[in-house]
Amino acid sequence: MSVDKAIEIKGLSYVYPDGQCGLKDIDLTVHCGESVALIGPNGAGKSTLLLHLNGILRGSTAISIQGLQVVDKNIREIRKKVGMVFQDPEDQLFSLNVYEDVSFGPVNMGFTQEEVDRRVKQALQKVGMRGYEKRSSHHLSIGEKKRVAIATVLSLDPEILALDEPTSSLDPRGKWALTELLRSLHVTKIIASHDLDLVSCLCDRIIILDQGRIVADGRAEQILSDKVLLAEHGLAVPAQTDPEPLISAMIEI
Amino acid sequence: MKHSFIDEYSGLDSFVHRLDPRTKLLCSLAFILAVVLTPAGAWRAFAIYLLIILGLILLSRLPMRYVLKRSLVIFPFVIMIAIFVPFFKQGEVAASYDIGAWHIAVTYEGLSVLVNVIVKSWLCILCLIVLSSSTKFEELLHGMFRLKVPQVFVQITSFMYRYMFVIADQAMRMQMARDSRNFGLNRGNIFKTMGNMIGMLFIRSYERAERIYAAMLSRGYNGNIVVVNQLRFRLPDACFALSLCLLLVCPAVLWW
Repeated sequence: MSVDKAIEIKGLSYVYPDGQCGLKDIDLTVHCGESVALIGPNGAGKSTLLLHLNGILRGSTAISIQGLQVVDKNIREIRKKVGMVFQDPEDQLFSLNVYEDVSFGPVNMGFTQEEVDRRVKQALQKVGMRGYEKRSSHHLSIGEKKRVAIATVLSLDPEILALDEPTSSLDPRGKWALTELLRSLHVTKIIASHDLDLVSCLCDRIIILDQGRIVADGRAEQILSDKVLLAEHGLAVPAQTDPEPLISAMIEI
Repeated sequence: MKHSFIDEYSGLDSFVHRLDPRTKLLCSLAFILAVVLTPAGAWRAFAIYLLIILGLILLSRLPMRYVLKRSLVIFPFVIMIAIFVPFFKQGEVAASYDIGAWHIAVTYEGLSVLVNVIVKSWLCILCLIVLSSSTKFEELLHGMFRLKVPQVFVQITSFMYRYMFVIADQAMRMQMARDSRNFGLNRGNIFKTMGNMIGMLFIRSYERAERIYAAMLSRGYNGNIVVVNQLRFRLPDACFALSLCLLLVCPAVLWW
């Protein structure tokens, strides 16, 4: 693992336009090559935090991505570095066919036609969707949509992949196939999810977010084995454990 | 849920399908202009236009039944708008009725206007069906883009086509959710829930639009849609456009 900092956030706070508190004093450093899971209950601020990484939302302090500040002047470079995959692929795939969606990023970055074609081909290859170029996005299955959604950011060769609930609404087979796919991508990953199976397979570090604050940050095994901590923040635990103390922990809240 | 495409059959391969979308857009526009500008009662001209369209349908290998069936959708609209014309147009009376104190008369002039409106709109819709069934929707958009149609229109059309079915699915799911909790409401309540559903659908679409915009920004969108696909006018395009225009003006030359 290299010691270069992929993401550096210091004292980030964010308030929603309606005055509700979104994030509070977030300090976070992610090193290059790390796979970090961002877990927490609904409304904890996971998606909000992800949206800060490529400057869609701007909070109180500037964030740096590989030493580059997230400010207007760097925004193009930042968005090329951070590939953002949204939760609902229906939002990510807004073009009429797969080719246009996957090529949207490279075209906007001003690559030549040959380069765009090469990148589209490569990205679809990586997610196992070659040959779908002319298909319309609406008529793909949900698993296929998720794959294409990932391809739409891979075509920009991102150095950091930010994924919001990558396995939501997938059946178990689709979920494992996607986990394998994500494992095969060797970039820095930051994954917001409450799917602890995915997290334990893929991530070596876990951050728990609750009510806009980081409440725990540690190695995956350590956090996943702290059942009481997980239950306190409304997160399920893998089966085969004694449910009694967990239920009482959940009730206490 | 699965829906049918607007551009069903656009995947066929024929002479018409292979034409440049710009040629087809401009030719359709020319055809519609010719039909609209033809004076009422020029039946021979309308017959020729109908023959042109039938010829195009054959040339593009579209199933005739499909095109004719699709063209029927226009009638309710046209009839709703034009049905009263025969009763109000001044002229020679074809028939008159007395309903109580009312005296209603149908005039020949009025009937002729009605028939003309129906024929013209039917010809135009046939033309548009041939256009949309012989061109893939994205090609049509590229064509519009290249013809310098303002980008906003092209983008709105593109999003409309992409999300129409998503929103229709959403509406259908809401309807199912409503029906499964509906135990014989009275009429007032039905309208109220319908209003709520429409409002809900609007808010959801609005929020979706914001998420889509964020997704676009994340991939370097800066206000301009860049289209990379190349379109080229070829010899068949020129031949097609020229012969169509000649056919379109021939009634005017022959009879006036």
